[in-house]
Amino acid sequence: MNEPGLKDIWVYLSASPLLGLTITLVAYGLAYRLYLRTRSNPLANPVVISVAMLIGLLLLTGTSYNDYFEGGQFVHFLLGPATVALAVPLYQQFSRLRKLWLPVAISLICGVVIAAGSSIGLAWILGGSTEIQMSLAPKSATAPVAMGISEKIGGLPSLTAVLVVITGITGAVLGTKLFEWVRVKDDTAKGIAMGVAAHGIGTARAFQVSSRMGAFSGLAMALSAFATAIIVPWLVDWMRTLF
Amino acid sequence: MQFLNGITLLLVYQLVGEITVRLAGVPIPGPVLGMVMLFMTLWIRGKTPESVEQASSALLSHLSLLFVPAGVGMMAHFDRIAEEWVPITLALLLSTVITLVATALIMQVTTRWLVGPLANGEEAGDE
Repeated sequence: MNEPGLKDIWVYLSASPLLGLTITLVAYGLAYRLYLRTRSNPLANPVVISVAMLIGLLLLTGTSYNDYFEGGQFVHFLLGPATVALAVPLYQQFSRLRKLWLPVAISLICGVVIAAGSSIGLAWILGGSTEIQMSLAPKSATAPVAMGISEKIGGLPSLTAVLVVITGITGAVLGTKLFEWVRVKDDTAKGIAMGVAAHGIGTARAFQVSSRMGAFSGLAMALSAFATAIIVPWLVDWMRTLF
Repeated sequence: MQFLNGITLLLVYQLVGEITVRLAGVPIPGPVLGMVMLFMTLWIRGKTPESVEQASSALLSHLSLLFVPAGVGMMAHFDRIAEEWVPITLALLLSTVITLVATALIMQVTTRWLVGPLANGEEAGDE
């Protein structure tokens, strides 16, 4: 009997989902501990740190993203039930929402148009290709919606998925400081803005501030998914007739 | 058992959402429709069952973890991002900042105009 070498073990592990799943959880666990150590400093965002650690590890070991995703998909899959679960905090904030439906509706529509219009416009001014402009347009919507829209308007869906995550991280990192600077104090307004601009990652950050900010962010994320799906393809057509 | 029941229920709503979206051909993701349907159910019943409450708070308390695999996907796009990194990073950053600030201010101002100071700031009676 010959002993299995380290190389054989690696070949086995890199072909099984166990490794991808385990390193995802370990990296997030370490990143989260670091985040708590820094007293929840938004700059030490656990998504940024764990993504950086995992990319570093994969590059170092020469593992492809597809091999990693064999395991990563089990975590990725939970985004679905987590989206459904947003109904619970939403229901708990319902009495407040009923009083605020008109301001919420106005902010939401403006926010969706600003998010898509400004990203297309800025990318165009800065010399980005049409493909990049279209991949950026739905960046503030939650990943599954954004990918569908990107495909519809001529962007690259898989690039959009990445831009969606970076957008969420940007919102989560900068959000609370920005609200302080422009003197928005109400958690309801902060939550709506976070959900419209930074979808689920912003919502995760909002829940760390307060359950009200989290609930309104979740609400805004869900509603802006609808609004983005309806408004953005139309907005792109309209912008094209202008230029 | 409570937790398992809760998770099962969330998955059932997601599944019904996915099937409905495909049958009706609407451009909305299945989980979002599932969320709307669960919300309706809670509203009609008038309370959240303990099992659903447990499962949802477990999932939502670690929502950021769920975005990690998609974020790692960045490595598959390094070339494209390196090619056009200036428009990509600047447009993404500025657009996100503008959207956050504008939406928060619009929400604050419209609330003040349309609902009055009642809904603003830290009022009592937070559920």
